[in-house]
Amino acid sequence: MSHSESDQVLSYPISSAAALEPPAEWERLRDQCPVARVKLPSGDEASLLTRYDDVKQVLSDPRFTRRLSAVGAARVSADGSGGVFNGSMANTLPQGGEGHQRWRRMVGRWFTAKRMAALRPGIEEMADRLVDEMVERGHPADLKASLGFPLPVWVICDLLGVPDSDRDKFAHWSDTLLNLTRYTQAEIDAAQREFASYMAGQVAARRAEPGEDLLSELIAGTDADGGGLTDAELVGTGQGLLVAGHETTANMIGKMAGMLLADRRLWERLVADRSLVRSAVEEALRYDANPGFGMPRYLDQEVEVGGAVLPPGTTVVCSMAAANRDEYAFDGAGEMDLGRSPNPHLAFGVGPHSCLGQALARTELQAVLSVLLRRLPSLELAVPARELRRVEGLVVGGLRELPVRW
Amino acid sequence: MKVTVDEAMCCGAGQCVLLAPDVFDQRDEDGVVVLLDAAPPEPLHAVVREAASVCPAAAISLGEGA
Repeated sequence: MSHSESDQVLSYPISSAAALEPPAEWERLRDQCPVARVKLPSGDEASLLTRYDDVKQVLSDPRFTRRLSAVGAARVSADGSGGVFNGSMANTLPQGGEGHQRWRRMVGRWFTAKRMAALRPGIEEMADRLVDEMVERGHPADLKASLGFPLPVWVICDLLGVPDSDRDKFAHWSDTLLNLTRYTQAEIDAAQREFASYMAGQVAARRAEPGEDLLSELIAGTDADGGGLTDAELVGTGQGLLVAGHETTANMIGKMAGMLLADRRLWERLVADRSLVRSAVEEALRYDANPGFGMPRYLDQEVEVGGAVLPPGTTVVCSMAAANRDEYAFDGAGEMDLGRSPNPHLAFGVGPHSCLGQALARTELQAVLSVLLRRLPSLELAVPARELRRVEGLVVGGLRELPVRW
Repeated sequence: MKVTVDEAMCCGAGQCVLLAPDVFDQRDEDGVVVLLDAAPPEPLHAVVREAASVCPAAAISLGEGA
């Protein structure tokens, strides 16, 4: 690489010419510049990692911390705060070490594979109902608004025991947390105060009158040492789960359907062989070229990554999606292979902080895909794939809408 | 095939249980992996290898001995 190229600072997130296609820079960066200088929406600089092995190494290494609030850590969003990575909500919960593991295990027990499998019939029933309503309204329809968004929101509200009817409020609070460019610090702070006070009210109501929901169970639950979660931790946990259950899976449903319909041979192969649903979901997660921001980490000591020595004070951004297209990790990485196995993609991260709700996300994605294949085998895009547009400025990537007919 | 699991590293993702429910389970109290069969029969080897390779915490190790 020439000197001038190495000095070039890319703006991050990197834009892409087409909604479902990866930015051309990913391949060049993996190839020539695995530790790249990037400028975040705040104007601060960070080091972007795009190779599979490097991303996996960093996310598994506790020296790369989640302390984005540290003095000297790059600020992520345009207003200068860290948004979801650095708000009061994130900092209420233990961010690393034993404290994090204790919290993770208290909450993780409610997200085991078996518990999630037990939710699947209910999720499919809800998906069926939403498909009924979409079909009744007629096509063309926006699959994102009709199915992709309402389903995960209903699931997480049901699980937590908060009323689904408050979903407009949740959507606003979630958006202020996850948007990197749209809101002022004052608006974000106000929304977060409201959100925290709403959740504190929910916790108080469950404490007075426990129900059959996760919030009530967490209040009653104790860890191995007999300690429960504090009220602040309960509020932070409830907020975190609600936000995490909102945008991520909701957008992934639209993107998954978009990817499978953009090359309709993929869809037809699934219609013909439903046993591919599980591996097709994993492949859609790997292949997602528009996952959002990636995972930032802060380093307070010197560590070598990808042949470069990172000095203390470095903020690293891991692009799991660029890593998921790494030819050294996946044969035919640039093609969707619905039967790919094994598929150790990094869409949920890796290591001690890998997505707590991944079994739930997988269950929802498999359920919704199964229902769509059964109910609407003739499903197709109602616009050319090149006309699909991305949502801009969110920590979580998605399509603005997914127009379909059947 | 000899399977071992590292409970301290486990992050409770549950991929192993979904792939090979005869070999892996999760504890009800914290979601941590439980090894049901440390020497699974040959027909399960492929799926156990898959479980080890997709474990996000790299908590499953495989040996060919014993």
